[in-house]
Amino acid sequence: MSEAPESMTLKVRISLPESVAANDIVEVKTLVSHPMESGFRLNGMGEGIPRNILSRFFVTYRGEMIFETIFGPGVAANPYIAFSLRATESGEVRFLWEQQNGEVTEVVRQLAVL
Amino acid sequence: MTSRRLSLMLLFALVHIMSPAVAELNYEPSAELSSEPGPEPSPESRSTAQTKAQTKAKQGYDYQSSDVQSLQDDEFSNPGMLWVDEGRELFAQPAGADGQACLDCHQQPAGMAAYYPRINPRLNKLVGLTGQVQICRETHQNATPIAYESRTALALTAYLAFLSRGEPFQPVAESLQADLGQGRDYYYQRKGQLNLSCAECHEQNAGQYLRGDLVSQGQSTGYPIYRLEWQTLGSLHRRFRSCDIGVRAEPYGLGSDAYTRLELYLRSRSQPLPISAPAVRK
Amino acid sequence: MSGLNVKRRKLLLAGMSGWLLQCLPVRLSAAENALIRSFYGDQTIVPSGITLKTPSLAENGNSVSLEVEAESPMTVMDYVTEIRLFAPQNPDPELALFRFGPGAGRARVSTRVRFANSQTITAVATMNDGRLHSGSSKTIITLAACVEPLL
Repeated sequence: MSEAPESMTLKVRISLPESVAANDIVEVKTLVSHPMESGFRLNGMGEGIPRNILSRFFVTYRGEMIFETIFGPGVAANPYIAFSLRATESGEVRFLWEQQNGEVTEVVRQLAVL
Repeated sequence: MTSRRLSLMLLFALVHIMSPAVAELNYEPSAELSSEPGPEPSPESRSTAQTKAQTKAKQGYDYQSSDVQSLQDDEFSNPGMLWVDEGRELFAQPAGADGQACLDCHQQPAGMAAYYPRINPRLNKLVGLTGQVQICRETHQNATPIAYESRTALALTAYLAFLSRGEPFQPVAESLQADLGQGRDYYYQRKGQLNLSCAECHEQNAGQYLRGDLVSQGQSTGYPIYRLEWQTLGSLHRRFRSCDIGVRAEPYGLGSDAYTRLELYLRSRSQPLPISAPAVRK
Repeated sequence: MSGLNVKRRKLLLAGMSGWLLQCLPVRLSAAENALIRSFYGDQTIVPSGITLKTPSLAENGNSVSLEVEAESPMTVMDYVTEIRLFAPQNPDPELALFRFGPGAGRARVSTRVRFANSQTITAVATMNDGRLHSGSSKTIITLAACVEPLL
């Protein structure tokens, strides 16, 4: 019933305010659509369903590494990850999700620091 | 006091002191439990039982733990919203041979979901929201047909249902009474090896525990739902299949007439609950 | 307790010591310790300075909310480089690895994880100077993740 296609377009939700005061620590929330098939489940025929998970989530701010997640199969499906970021100057925040097959989904947001 | 009595008292005190460890395992759900052990649903008392259920209609949300409730409440991180986002995009996207988008015909999609299931005038039969999406896709957009539980169908259904959030389903029209009656019959019909009808659990025992599960009223206003057990968004018909399999009855197909009529009946008994899609359930 | 026979006395003592034991902080089993040691060798791990929060009871092990925060000023000179999460009862006990740059401002992450069984999970934080801190949290689940068949 649920599909596990070879190539998946990930749907992404990011909550990052458009502008923030300098030196404020912002909580950034992200949600991405991915079944995170652990590889431990069996289908109706008793066969193992192959593992299909995200491999990593990587965030940079003005080119600097802020946060990274290396996923295990124990992260729940449709991963929700919230992390923090200290606003210094206006610039780009890049969000990158990498799937286990190497496919990358990248989203770029502008953060204005007042 | 004899030493025997003293030792018994000490043992009693110890058990009492240790009970917090055990109490941790006792779980009080956030919902008030309404136990309504109603009468056997004989045809005559059906309407009474129905009125009872209607006057105390409670959505599935009220039967969930606070963790699950907060997942649904947080519109940002409600996993079902991922499908709503996709549905919003798909609705505006040209599809099929003529490159028509849903939006081209349906400029005001808000509120549509509250009218389903309804009679499709061309086919002159009862069709649910997802069924209509499938029909539109194939007939009006001339696009590749989509499966009932496919990602596209779920996304579009989730989006349309989400647009009707906060409103109750429309009252069932006269023209639908025949289908409604069949849906009602299905609801009260005992089935499967376990010989249970929907009413046995969801009317007579709503608020009681079935092993570790708190039985809800089986309302449909939250659908399509993100079910933690499925780890994905799923349709009402998928849930019907799970229930039928649960009582060891042969389930019907997704989008089948039987389930669409049942869906109609659930719509009628959900008054005055508002649509709350996409809901989160365990 | 004069007048009590030996059996009753032993029973009472056992009961009282059982009660006392459950008041002590979370102790990891030998296997759980071995798992963590396989990553960090013999280095000292201070069992504080990091809070790990999961609900004490979760209905569904497929999605359990988790919040972890390691105390740190998060400056270039003093910051958390990584936090590793262990779920010893899961088929794959390495839940996730979080890495931080000092620009994160706070070494705090919220996410949702799977529990295959009721268990105590542990978070170990590594600082930029190599110091290690750990924290644990126990959750009881009523439906297991990973091993339940599809319906």
